[in-house]
Amino acid sequence: MLGDINPAVLIASLMVASVPIILAAIGELVVEKAGVLNLGVEGMMIMGAICGFVTAVATGNPYLGFLGGAVGAAALSLVFGFLTQFMLSNQVATGLALTLFGQGLSSLIGQGYNGVKPPLTGTVPLGPLADIPVLGRILFDHDWVVYFSVASIAAVWAVLKYTRVGLILRAVGESHDAAHALGYKVIRIRILAIMFGGAMAGIGGAYVSLIRVPQWTDGITAGAGWIALAIVVFASWKPWRVLLGAYLFGGITVLQLNLQAAGAAIPAHYLSMAPYLITILVLVVMSSGKGRASLNAPAALGQNFHASR
Amino acid sequence: MLRLEKRPSPSRFWQAATPILAVILTMIAGGIMFALLGKNPVEAIRTIFWDPLFDPQYAAYSRPQLLVKAGPLILIATGLSLGFRAGIWNIGAEGQYIMGAVFGAGVGLALYPVETRWIFPLMILAGIFGGWLWAMIPAILKTRFRTNEILVSLLLVYVAQYILAAMALGPMRNPEGGGFPGSRNLSQIPSMANPELIAGTGLHWGVVAAIGVVIAAYVLLQRHILGFQIKLAGQAPRAARFAGVSPERLVILCMGISGGLAGAAGLFEVTGPAGQISIDFNTGYGFTAIIVAFLGRLNPLGILLAGLLMALTYIGGELASFILGLPSAAIQAFQGMLLFFLLAVDLLTNFRIRFGSKKEAI
Amino acid sequence: MQRRSILKGGAALGFATMMGGKLAFAQGLEKVKAGFVYVGPIGDGGWTFQHDQGRLAMMEALGDKVETVFQENVPEGADAERVLTQMALSGCNIIFTTSFGYMDATNAVAAKFPDIKFEHATGYKRDTPNVSTYNARFYEGRAVMGTIAGLMTKSNKIGYIGSFPIPEVIQGINSSYIHAKKVNPDVTISVVWAYTWFDPAKEADAAKALIEQDVDVILQHTDSTAPLAEAAKTPGVIGFGQASDMAEYKPSPRVSAIIDNWAPYYTERVQALLDGTYAQKDTWAGIGGGEVKIGDITDAVPADVKAKAEAVRDSIASGAYHPFTGPLNKQDGSAWLKEGEVADDGTLAGMMFYVEGVTGDIPS
Repeated sequence: MLGDINPAVLIASLMVASVPIILAAIGELVVEKAGVLNLGVEGMMIMGAICGFVTAVATGNPYLGFLGGAVGAAALSLVFGFLTQFMLSNQVATGLALTLFGQGLSSLIGQGYNGVKPPLTGTVPLGPLADIPVLGRILFDHDWVVYFSVASIAAVWAVLKYTRVGLILRAVGESHDAAHALGYKVIRIRILAIMFGGAMAGIGGAYVSLIRVPQWTDGITAGAGWIALAIVVFASWKPWRVLLGAYLFGGITVLQLNLQAAGAAIPAHYLSMAPYLITILVLVVMSSGKGRASLNAPAALGQNFHASR
Repeated sequence: MLRLEKRPSPSRFWQAATPILAVILTMIAGGIMFALLGKNPVEAIRTIFWDPLFDPQYAAYSRPQLLVKAGPLILIATGLSLGFRAGIWNIGAEGQYIMGAVFGAGVGLALYPVETRWIFPLMILAGIFGGWLWAMIPAILKTRFRTNEILVSLLLVYVAQYILAAMALGPMRNPEGGGFPGSRNLSQIPSMANPELIAGTGLHWGVVAAIGVVIAAYVLLQRHILGFQIKLAGQAPRAARFAGVSPERLVILCMGISGGLAGAAGLFEVTGPAGQISIDFNTGYGFTAIIVAFLGRLNPLGILLAGLLMALTYIGGELASFILGLPSAAIQAFQGMLLFFLLAVDLLTNFRIRFGSKKEAI
Repeated sequence: MQRRSILKGGAALGFATMMGGKLAFAQGLEKVKAGFVYVGPIGDGGWTFQHDQGRLAMMEALGDKVETVFQENVPEGADAERVLTQMALSGCNIIFTTSFGYMDATNAVAAKFPDIKFEHATGYKRDTPNVSTYNARFYEGRAVMGTIAGLMTKSNKIGYIGSFPIPEVIQGINSSYIHAKKVNPDVTISVVWAYTWFDPAKEADAAKALIEQDVDVILQHTDSTAPLAEAAKTPGVIGFGQASDMAEYKPSPRVSAIIDNWAPYYTERVQALLDGTYAQKDTWAGIGGGEVKIGDITDAVPADVKAKAEAVRDSIASGAYHPFTGPLNKQDGSAWLKEGEVADDGTLAGMMFYVEGVTGDIPS
């Protein structure tokens, strides 16, 4: 049975399937690195999906659509930023409320857009490269967002590791009091991180409504935002592992559907649980190591900051 | 320039006034949204907040329904609030709620068609056990391996959802249901049902349990040493340690209590209002309860009120939806706004807003 | 899991028809207030959208004699019973509950309001005289799609994206396969279970997985357009609209569609209430009754294929042909229907077996 599945195609499919969760997860990773836990990813994604869709339909330009998705979701994330950073509200509760609000608002904006077909986004023309056997199908036959998603991981990785911006961001996430004492504007940095997270989730959502489906229907993101949250944890806040995690989560779904199509009988529900259980296992292995440092979780994650002096 | 100054202790006045302020702000913002949608804002707000309680046509039915809707929210939120106070973050109540229903229904269905009085109590125990067991996984991982309980409890929600789907499609599928997923209707089997206890009141065992738990939690926090330890651990973890509070024990206890109560809520729902195990059995009570816990300021009596307010927006929202033809999405957005405002104005309880320069403070 | 399907026991059907006249109202109504309870948002573009289209068409047909209220996104279970009661209190004369999962709630509320009529879609319980049930024979539409699929496939492989392993979907798989096979003896069918009615991303992946196995005709039993969008990426792959027309993918990959059309039923029932001829019944209508509509067959399909498909459609509509007509064997080779024998509704409503030639097992 397994012999009937072409691995090149399987890999190519899972790369496409993982794009929305990669984008949302890498955005959330930056947010969490700054010490903020925003559980509203699903709400931001679906806002991105509708804002991107509306923009693309209105302008006829899919690229502007992605921009619109990023802006719309970033605007929504600003609500979260304002509440948690200025009004010092609890991040867990605010994030959950953000998802509720985003789902409602997106559906309101989307009324009248059912059955509309958005302008199409083509694959990036890489000419003869796409014709290379196996590799061509895996690497050189995708739309630009697929490349963008991988590039964004590389960029986040490089920025966090090598730049001053990354250093400051991590400092804020580790100890806001220390960062504040060093003269960094904790609140401002966190707000910017939250907006970045929103924008990336928005692009991820727009990918669903503009390329994956492509159409607007209520609830179109169907829980992808929650998976993105799980992947950040799986990745233990390391950018490249986000890619691995997203391919694992996306891959299991794609694989089980492919196995079915190839005629294999598989227990779909139990297989679908596997990535979550693996993530828990990874968490346990990491945290049972040498204390907090090996866990790599930002120490100030989920705590609000108020400069008392 | 505006500046925040931490109050030495939370303001009693603002603690009571902020929820009212938030509701008023929501009415204004929501009213604008309804007006934009072409509906009469006054009528819409009245339908949501007034009609379920006082409208002659609906109130007799809707008022008791508030209890039915608020019951599970209060039951779960009260359990969660204990942990939240101690800095223990169980956000996987949704999963524990599911597992409570699965375990409880499993026991009941395994005994079908036995008809005796002790089946329902046995199912309650099984439900509590299911929720407790599911909460023990993050608790033990936390105490043994220092694994983050927020993340593990959240991940286990997804696992629970898949287990629920597998159960509804497989072992628990009603053999007389014509092949459709979903179990037998437990609320129609006398020995397993959780019926309305007094007609027209909405009271079922889950509501009774919720009220009991609120009282118990209040007493615990005010009078019992464990309540003191919980508060101490949340406010001053180091001091708590010196005072002999074992953090491990507290994690196990708080997670266990919240999981068990979420499991109980699941069991009361599956045997009562929901009636059966189905793929869509869980409708987000576990997550909404987190919000309710915070709206109630982690205080048992506050949670009771917050749960009822939340239930009011659900039921009033339903009425507004079909009487005025408001899209259900508008109701969802309205609820989101209410939560935002409630969370935002809490600031006034703990902080003073000062005008002026930075130096004059504490 | 949401909504839908199955009808238990054909016997009830006869009973209701027989009793029909006696339960009728002697007197009509001046004006009817009709309530609709929806499981999803109207904007789902599929199941709920089609029910709402039916409501609108009914309003159009009956003008100011009818007033409607509706409620979207009503979860099955606890909330349904409350929403139904509130609707009954609001003075509705008739309430349509449009999802399978509302079955117990509908019957419970109906028992409390004997003067209000309740209409439950896709269920089989009619505990009190004021509950009627209605459903559509979607498998009739699948027969037409299967005919097109069998004639159009070049790889001789057709694919079926299933939602949940329930009788309605099994009927669809069997009907599609039987009619594809009838016109193309070499055809095989691959079934992929998505375990969802609506998850665009997953449906797209399912379609892709099928295409990867050389499938070039995709039938879907899930509600999003994602499989069609996926099919559009590979030249030569075609599919069909599901629930709604999905006309935006015309002329290809969407070469036809199987459309839920509730308008005739809603109009008929409310009209009966106005006339005073309303009676409890159990309706399971198909192409003939107008509840299942075959969407426009596009020019991407050769004229002779189109003609054959339309012939199947018309013979089903006229009642001359039943999609499950013997000789048919079950998957294990045991005999099911003899030559010329027609499947009875009871067996169909509980159909949990494949016919001979379909490979794979029904997951349990």
